[in-house]
Amino acid sequence: MTIAPTRPTADRHTRDRPAVGRLVDQFEYGLDAPICLTWELTYACNLACVHCLSSSGRRDPRELSTEECKALIDEFERMQIFYVNIGGGEPTVRPDFWELLDYAVAHHVGVKFSTNGFRITPERAAQLAATDYVDVQISLDGATAEVNDHVRGAGTYDAALRAMANMQAAGMTDFKLSVVCTRHNIGQLDEFKAIADRYGAQLRLTRLRPSGRGADVWDELHPLPEQQRELYDWLVANGDKVLTGDSFFHLSAFGPADGSGALPGLNLCGAGRVVCLVDPIGDVYACPFAIHDQFLAGNVRSVGGFDEVWKHSALFEDLRSPQTGGACRSCSAFDTCRGGCMAAKFFTGLPLDGPDPECVKGNATTAVAGDRKRPDSSQDHSHKGTVRHAPVPLILAPTRLANACDENPLQSARTVG
Amino acid sequence: MSATPVTLDGAWRLSGSVALRPEPFGALAYDFSTRRLSFLKTPALVDVVRRLAGSPSVGDALAGARVAEGERPAYLRALAGLADGGLIEEQTR
Repeated sequence: MTIAPTRPTADRHTRDRPAVGRLVDQFEYGLDAPICLTWELTYACNLACVHCLSSSGRRDPRELSTEECKALIDEFERMQIFYVNIGGGEPTVRPDFWELLDYAVAHHVGVKFSTNGFRITPERAAQLAATDYVDVQISLDGATAEVNDHVRGAGTYDAALRAMANMQAAGMTDFKLSVVCTRHNIGQLDEFKAIADRYGAQLRLTRLRPSGRGADVWDELHPLPEQQRELYDWLVANGDKVLTGDSFFHLSAFGPADGSGALPGLNLCGAGRVVCLVDPIGDVYACPFAIHDQFLAGNVRSVGGFDEVWKHSALFEDLRSPQTGGACRSCSAFDTCRGGCMAAKFFTGLPLDGPDPECVKGNATTAVAGDRKRPDSSQDHSHKGTVRHAPVPLILAPTRLANACDENPLQSARTVG
Repeated sequence: MSATPVTLDGAWRLSGSVALRPEPFGALAYDFSTRRLSFLKTPALVDVVRRLAGSPSVGDALAGARVAEGERPAYLRALAGLADGGLIEEQTR
C-alpha cells in the first residue's frame, strides 16, 4: 500500500466530518461505499487505441476468475453499490462477460459497460434491450472516420456506428455515445450531438487523461487553450442534455468566482472518496485514471476483500482529508476547480499541490512547457505485435498556421501516431 | 411524480423501486427504475422515511422519530420533495 505523494492536506485535528453541510463537503470525507465504481474486467482488447487509460491489449494471466468475479458482485450487493461501470480492455472479449452481466443484474448491481461495439451484434443488442439495469456506452472519438480511426484504429468508426444502429433497431434507448475530447474533435461537438440524436443515444463527453498510453500522446492530443473555452461554452449551452462524468470541473474556472458558471456535477476530485477502480487482477486504485502503484490501495483478494480496502486502506483514508489547495489556494477560481485532476497532474509530472496541467487560468503553462519528469508506468498490457485495427496516421490541414508568413502552410501539417 | 400533497394525515412509504444506503451524512437513495441517485441529507430524515411504511400516517412517523412540533413543516417540505422525485409513494390500502 502506498500513500499519494505530496498532496496538500489539512491538519489531522481539522479532519472530523462536519455534522451538516454541503454534500460536496461531506463527500470529501468519503462514503461507506463508492458511488461510482469502475471495474475493468480484462486487459485484453481487440484494439490498440493510442490514448488507452489502462494501456490495455493483452490479457493478464492473473485476472479474476468467473467465480471470483461473482464473489465480488456479491460483495458489491452487500455494500449496496447500486451500479458499476464496467470497462477494460474490451469487456466483451471475456468469454464469461454476458454471464457476469446477468449475474450482476440478478444481484441488484446495475451495469453500465463501455465497449468499442465490435461485438454488439443484432442478437446481443436484442438481449441488452431486454435486460433491465443495463446501460451501454459506445466509444467514438471522432465524428468522422478520419479523426476517430486516427486514435481508435482502422475500422473502429464503422464498428461503433454499426453497434449503435443494431441497438437502435433492437429498441434500446438512451444508451450513451461516449467521446474523449481531443484537439482534433473539439470542432465536431455539434456533429457528435447529431450522431447521438440520430441513433436515439445520449452524448457523453469526457476529458482526455494523460494516463496509461494517454501519457504518450497527451502533448499532441489535449485540447488547446482556446479549444478549452470552446468546449466550456458548448457544455454551458447544452447543459444537462450532455453527460460529462463530472470530468471537466477544471473548466468551471471559466465561470465567475461565485461559482455560478460551474458545470453540472460535483466539481470535486472523487478519488478514493466516492470513486474508485477495480482492475482485472483485483487491484483497487483511487480512480479510473490513476492505474499506478502510487494510487494502489489494495487488492480484493486480500483478507477483508474490497470492503476492507475501501473503508480502511491507508491510501483512501489519506485521500479523505480536505484539500488545502496548496499553490492554488490564492486563486479566485479555487472554489470551483479545486486544483483540478490529481491524475492529470501526476502523469504529466506536475506537483499534486499545484495547478492542473490544463488550468484555464494559465497557471500551469510554464510548468507544462518546462522540464517535466513523467512517472514511469507501473503496468503495461499493450499489444506487442501487429494489431488488425491499428490507429491510422492522421494528415489534417493545420487548424492554424504556425507562422502567418508561412509560404507553404501545409508543411506544418504533421503526421502523428 | 405524485399529485397528492404530503400531509400529516397522509400515509406514505419508500417506493418499491428505491433502496436506501446509510451514509454518515444520512443516506443515498437509488431508484432502480429511473437509475437516479438522490441524497437524504440528515440521519433524522432517513429515520422518518424508514418509519413511513410502518406508520398509519406521516404524523405518526414524525412522532415516532421524535421530530419536534416546530420542525414538522420543514420535514413535510422535505417529504414533498421526495414525493416529487418518486422516492416515496402513497400507501395503498
